[in-house]
Amino acid sequence: MSSAELIGGTADNSLVSAVRSGDENAMAMLYDRYSSIVYSVALRVLGDTGAAEDVLQEVFMQLWRNPGGFDSSRGNLAAWLAVISRNRAIDAVRKRRPDTDIADVIVSVEPDLAGDAERARAMEKVRGALGAMPSAQRSALEMAYFEGLTHTEIAAKTGEPLGTIKTRIRAGLLALRKAFNP
Amino acid sequence: MSEHEQFDENLALFALGSLTGEERTLLEKHLEGCAGCRRELEQLRGDMALMAMSVSGPKPPVRARQRLLDAIAREPHRTSLSTRRAWWALAPWYAAAALALLAGWFWRQSDQLSQRVARLESQSAEQQAQVQQAREVVATLTATDALVVPVTAPNTPPQPQGKAIYVRNKARLIFVASNMPALPPQKAYELWLIPVQGAPIPAGVFKPDARGSAIVIHPPLPAGVEAKAFAITVEPEAGSSSPTMPIVMMGAGE
Repeated sequence: MSSAELIGGTADNSLVSAVRSGDENAMAMLYDRYSSIVYSVALRVLGDTGAAEDVLQEVFMQLWRNPGGFDSSRGNLAAWLAVISRNRAIDAVRKRRPDTDIADVIVSVEPDLAGDAERARAMEKVRGALGAMPSAQRSALEMAYFEGLTHTEIAAKTGEPLGTIKTRIRAGLLALRKAFNP
Repeated sequence: MSEHEQFDENLALFALGSLTGEERTLLEKHLEGCAGCRRELEQLRGDMALMAMSVSGPKPPVRARQRLLDAIAREPHRTSLSTRRAWWALAPWYAAAALALLAGWFWRQSDQLSQRVARLESQSAEQQAQVQQAREVVATLTATDALVVPVTAPNTPPQPQGKAIYVRNKARLIFVASNMPALPPQKAYELWLIPVQGAPIPAGVFKPDARGSAIVIHPPLPAGVEAKAFAITVEPEAGSSSPTMPIVMMGAGE
């Protein structure tokens, strides 16, 4: 881990600690650091700026109300916020109430994503991995991830066997991980 | 396919939120007891975070920042802990409340016990006083150095006298005698309870002292016998089971 990554990670933890104490400035700093990721993912899922803005607001309000929901010892904040944002956006698309407590969402990821530079490198690698996938696999993964379609719905849509879709989705996710652990 | 491989397939779907029904229930149950699958789930969520990094788009509008800051300014910060952990945070308060309730309960118990102890102490003191008084009465009656003075009409020679004090329902009897004539050798007086029905009941053997005084305290008696009279006979020292005539003294109940 580089010193820049270390500083970024340490700062996140400090800011989350400050948020626990009710520090509004710390909350503003975290927003400035991660609102782009949260908003981008929500917008990609929802395709509507107003709805994406609502998810952005909701995700950061959850962090404000319940900063203990993020366990800094078990993952980095950028990854956690990205997953929470994607899940909330999918809930909005499917018009369902969230059925998972944010404290139950533990995200373990290898690369540090705290700084802009780290995130840019990650984007490059992920896009490379997606580009290297068979199109059917990438398509299945994107439908599951960005559209929130179930494997059953994807199978019905593509006319492919359910087991095949299951395998493609999992293999697609594992391929992203492998891009960082060649 | 092993159990874990089967769950591996479903873990990715679960992470994405697309596993439903019985498959989801089974996996959730399996996750509770399988640390390996929990770790894999966390990593699959990490993969999801990486997938999010593939997205680039416009920055959120400036108004979104102010909207958030306004919202958090309006909303008082409640707690630093998650709702899941909130009860841990409240645990000391629960404990304090429970202690307060317990303390109140113990206080009431203690208060009741104190009152009870006070009552018992009071009763005990009263009983001790009664016992002490009874002892003193008995000690006076039985004291060898007591001055026993029959009080009679003037110029009347001293007569043998006895007084039986009998409590029927408790089968308690005290008999006090004075001026009793001296007995022949190896003889003793015997007191008899003459019941309303049935044979006389032995009520104690006694020998008067040199001054003719004697006392019988609580001889063994059957309970609840209604006494018609008390009588005294002269019997062998060991006493008799039935009176030997003549009756030397006798008194009927009033």
